[in-house]
Amino acid sequence: MVRTSLAVLVIDENRIRASIIEAGLREAGHERVTVIHDVTGIARRIAEIEPDVIVIDLENPNRDMLENMFQLSRAVKRPIAMFVDRSDRASIEAAVDAGVSAYVVDGLRQERVKPILDMAVSRFNAFSRMARELEEARSELENRKVIDRAKGILMKSRGLSEEAAYTLLRKTAMNQNRKISDIAQSLVTAAGLLGPSEDE
Amino acid sequence: MSMTHQITAGFMPLFDSAVLVAAGEMGFAAREGVDLTLHRETSWANIRDRIAIGHFDVAHMLGPMPLACSLGLTPLASQTIVPFSLGLGGNCVTVSNAVWDGMAAHGAAPDLDPAPAGTALGALIRERAAAGREPLRFAVVHPHSGHNYELRYWLAACGIDPERQIEIVIVPPPFMADALAAGRIDGYCVGEPWNSAAVAAGTGHIATVKALLWRNSPEKVIGARKTWAEENPEALAALLRALHHSARWCQDSANRDELAALMAEARFLGQPAKIQMPVLTGYLQLGGGAARTVEDFFVPFDKAANFPWKSHALWFYTQMVRWGQLAHTPENLAIARDCYRPDLYRAALKPLGVALPGANAKVEGALKAATPVGSAGASLVLGPDGFFDGQIFDPDRIEDYVAGQKPGGSLAQ
Repeated sequence: MVRTSLAVLVIDENRIRASIIEAGLREAGHERVTVIHDVTGIARRIAEIEPDVIVIDLENPNRDMLENMFQLSRAVKRPIAMFVDRSDRASIEAAVDAGVSAYVVDGLRQERVKPILDMAVSRFNAFSRMARELEEARSELENRKVIDRAKGILMKSRGLSEEAAYTLLRKTAMNQNRKISDIAQSLVTAAGLLGPSEDE
Repeated sequence: MSMTHQITAGFMPLFDSAVLVAAGEMGFAAREGVDLTLHRETSWANIRDRIAIGHFDVAHMLGPMPLACSLGLTPLASQTIVPFSLGLGGNCVTVSNAVWDGMAAHGAAPDLDPAPAGTALGALIRERAAAGREPLRFAVVHPHSGHNYELRYWLAACGIDPERQIEIVIVPPPFMADALAAGRIDGYCVGEPWNSAAVAAGTGHIATVKALLWRNSPEKVIGARKTWAEENPEALAALLRALHHSARWCQDSANRDELAALMAEARFLGQPAKIQMPVLTGYLQLGGGAARTVEDFFVPFDKAANFPWKSHALWFYTQMVRWGQLAHTPENLAIARDCYRPDLYRAALKPLGVALPGANAKVEGALKAATPVGSAGASLVLGPDGFFDGQIFDPDRIEDYVAGQKPGGSLAQ
């Protein structure tokens, strides 16, 4: 449990990822979590929120602007380095590997901040994994579609059964040491060039 | 080549990453036995962080950035050295059409001449202040950048206090033209193609250029993590030779079209090849139909452009002091003096028998015209290196220079 809860600001243009991190922080008992997607007018927001910890994704091109703003800030709560204790190299590497950075108000003890950063890192990694799996599923679906079309072309033009058409595709792929989906794509492209009727 | 050095390098989408990009893409690295992997980054902070934790061995960096890292001015900084410069010049100061109209009304001509342009801008700024209007807001790419220092130098020399009479904010280079068009900023100092982009869009006017503010002046460099450089001297030397050959190729006007097409690719700049041409030819559209050819606008190789002059690093140091980023102490000065490493550049290129400067530093502003100099090996020509206001920076007389700078920045108050 958190004693007096820290104010956490999450800056992420990716809304889905931001809400995943926000949910994680709330589950861990952090009630004062603010999420910002767009950095326009952020100086005023930071003055209002007075965050203890700022979490930002590394893809955000505005990190230089933010760091400069923190450095010039005259506010009492002035966010400084990524980690209070610079010797915690493993944490820094884990964060950069995950694609996230953080700024912490000067003077906060590391044991209070570290769980927040660990949470952000693990949620960033989970999001990347999810995005990767989604991409794989999408390309798998695309492959299946193009193979179906290729089978259809073979069945129509050579009078093959569906099974025979698939066997022919697989055999060709093996002989040429290529993926079935590549062979299927070549066939669909060639058929498109040779006769528009195949597309119907 | 039997031995292969794996080197990972970061870069930002700016034209002056060309020497590094071409080293990887045009086969110069491979010929030196270097397997060079290039990673495009979205912020200088990312480059700094990834250098610090070892994702990158070297990176395309702002000239003052390795100094800032080594001097501990930024979070998560590590000791970073500069064994190679990626070229001279290349930046412009671009203003909105409204600001340009105001400057023109006060006598500015579309000829890029820094002194009259600065005088006109000063008159406009005072006129706006008298009318109770908001100060103009200019953007630079980073507080520790040549852009920040040359913009401030220009303004201060023209009687404008950059700390009080204008506001200076940070905007990422690819966003500059959009921010100007949207009216969030009134002007900016950035590298190409982000000035020509605003001119092409009809939303900006180039007021002056770095090549006229300080002729043949330093801009981007190769920053290397010091521990990596010390542990991998052969890899570093091979990389520097590859960069040398790449820089020569980039300078050759016969390769302009190929280089522009390379940099235009989505994985590098993702901007049309046509918009890469001004930086290569020095022929700039200024806005409103005016055009100008700038001598030595961007110099990737000639005039010892790749030599990491200690006098360049020390000038950046004096500007950090001037604008209150750093206290002038013997310790800080010593760190700044050791950051740029002409010794490593010389050692790597010596086997090639090419012209190498014999000195580690020069008096900046002393050369009024291109000048052949004594050097090891073949003959070498240095470009004119004058400041537009005629000032001289003698790295052996830093105390005088620091003391003589016009007040500015919190330390001087």
